[in-house]
Amino acid sequence: MKHYDIVIIGGGPAGLAAAAAAYDAGVTDVLILERDKELGGILNQCIHNGFGLHTFKEELTGPEYASRYIAKVEERKIPYMLNTMVMDITSEKVITAMNREDGIIEIEAGAIVLAMGCRERSRGALNIPGYRPAGIYSAGTAQRLVNMEGYMPGRQVVILGSGDIGLIMARRMTLEGAKVKVVAELMPFSGGLKRNIVQCLDDFGIPLKLSHTVVDIQGKERVEGVTIAQVDNRGKPIPGTEEHYECDTLLLSCGLIPENELSRGMGVALNPITNGPAVNESLETSIPGVFAAGNVLHVHDLVDFVSEEAAAAGRAAAAYVSAGCVDAEHKEIPVTFEGGPRYTVPGTIDPAFVGDSLTVRFRVGGVMKNQYVNVYLDGERVIHRKRPIMAPGEMEEVKLTRAMLDAHPELSSICIKVEEA
Amino acid sequence: MTTRKLTCIGCPMGCQLEVGIDGDQVVSVSGHTCPRGEAYARKEVTNPTRIVTSTVRVYGSKSGAVTVSCKTRSDIPKSSIFDCIKDITGLAVPAPVHIGDVVKANVAGTGVDMVATKEVL
Repeated sequence: MKHYDIVIIGGGPAGLAAAAAAYDAGVTDVLILERDKELGGILNQCIHNGFGLHTFKEELTGPEYASRYIAKVEERKIPYMLNTMVMDITSEKVITAMNREDGIIEIEAGAIVLAMGCRERSRGALNIPGYRPAGIYSAGTAQRLVNMEGYMPGRQVVILGSGDIGLIMARRMTLEGAKVKVVAELMPFSGGLKRNIVQCLDDFGIPLKLSHTVVDIQGKERVEGVTIAQVDNRGKPIPGTEEHYECDTLLLSCGLIPENELSRGMGVALNPITNGPAVNESLETSIPGVFAAGNVLHVHDLVDFVSEEAAAAGRAAAAYVSAGCVDAEHKEIPVTFEGGPRYTVPGTIDPAFVGDSLTVRFRVGGVMKNQYVNVYLDGERVIHRKRPIMAPGEMEEVKLTRAMLDAHPELSSICIKVEEA
Repeated sequence: MTTRKLTCIGCPMGCQLEVGIDGDQVVSVSGHTCPRGEAYARKEVTNPTRIVTSTVRVYGSKSGAVTVSCKTRSDIPKSSIFDCIKDITGLAVPAPVHIGDVVKANVAGTGVDMVATKEVL
């Protein structure tokens, strides 16, 4: 069986950044496994611009952003296998993968970084009644068809869900000659960025109907139309508000789910809120030596933070390998929260394993205005930051410094509170 | 004097801006909560611009790619978006293509080049 010090599952933005960071931290025996025919992951189909503003101080398109990290991997001559699907990972870190050239292969890893990304919520998960005609796509599938395969999925389009991919595809399909008739959003607010609502819908006069959902899809062989209706505050359609739209295509942009079949299969404990692995300050899962980063851990809105997080996971994996792959004694001080956050990543912290600083990321459950994010270590407030606005669609972060942690040698409680003062 | 309503794109707040316009002059901006909102309103009303991104066909690719993504090298007037797309419709370029290669010079007469954003070998 082949052995690598670190195997990275997925060659998207998270996997690329983790690989380069692990290498730079001194562990050069790294392998990336990627199921697509090229590195870069979902960035390859995200041809719009707006990536990399935090990291590179310029607006790049998805493929351009990916190319910068692919270059890092190539420069370091980090090996990668394309068209290679990982089928199974054991808790002993034995990876079973397959591809056309090698058939089934087994690889033993000293440490693993999970970087599989996420998947779109499908029609099956949305419980929309009706037949199963052709013409219903997730927004990301349509994006791949248009931008990479060179096909137009349809001409008359209705979009359900106002996530950013749906908004981006409303513009893309319009530019390619389709008529996007309406975007229906179940929630009373959009989960997409304001910038996308303005530049993808308003610019082209595409209506956004909040508190609306699809209640029926017509057509047996091919979509012929959809019916949308307004919903009440519990999300139930209101009879009498139905509107019919003739269309040949329905795009779904209804949320993303971390892709954790492999993690679950190997016995990694998952967080029920994020649907990603529960991790400590080293982004290490419940299995020592197995780390996670990027959208497989929790869904991000900015790729810059995926790269940053994944680099941290790569360094942690390198540290684990350098220490001889032994399962070090780890304190698990839980990060608790009140008043707004729905989860935090990481979920537990051992200050002994924190370097100069530690970024804790979280999301709030609803739109909140004029609040403060306060962080308490053993009851003492160490971070006090005003936030004019927080929304579920925008990830928040706080940075714990070494000095803050050192000032609390007997630390037993870490709490993030959203408060009015 | 006319007024235009805009949604600010600066942050998730999405302030509803009202811009008073007299001829081609901005005479008032209201509804913003920070200086970014005012700057956005003035630009958006007097000279709205966008980066346009799209794809064109590529042929002869060793990797089997059929499209290459592209963008206007800098922002172009918002009113020229559809002209840019029309100008590259039906365009096919030979592989290999490198990031930054011009796929269409002076696209739609904007004075801005459409350049490749992906390496296609």
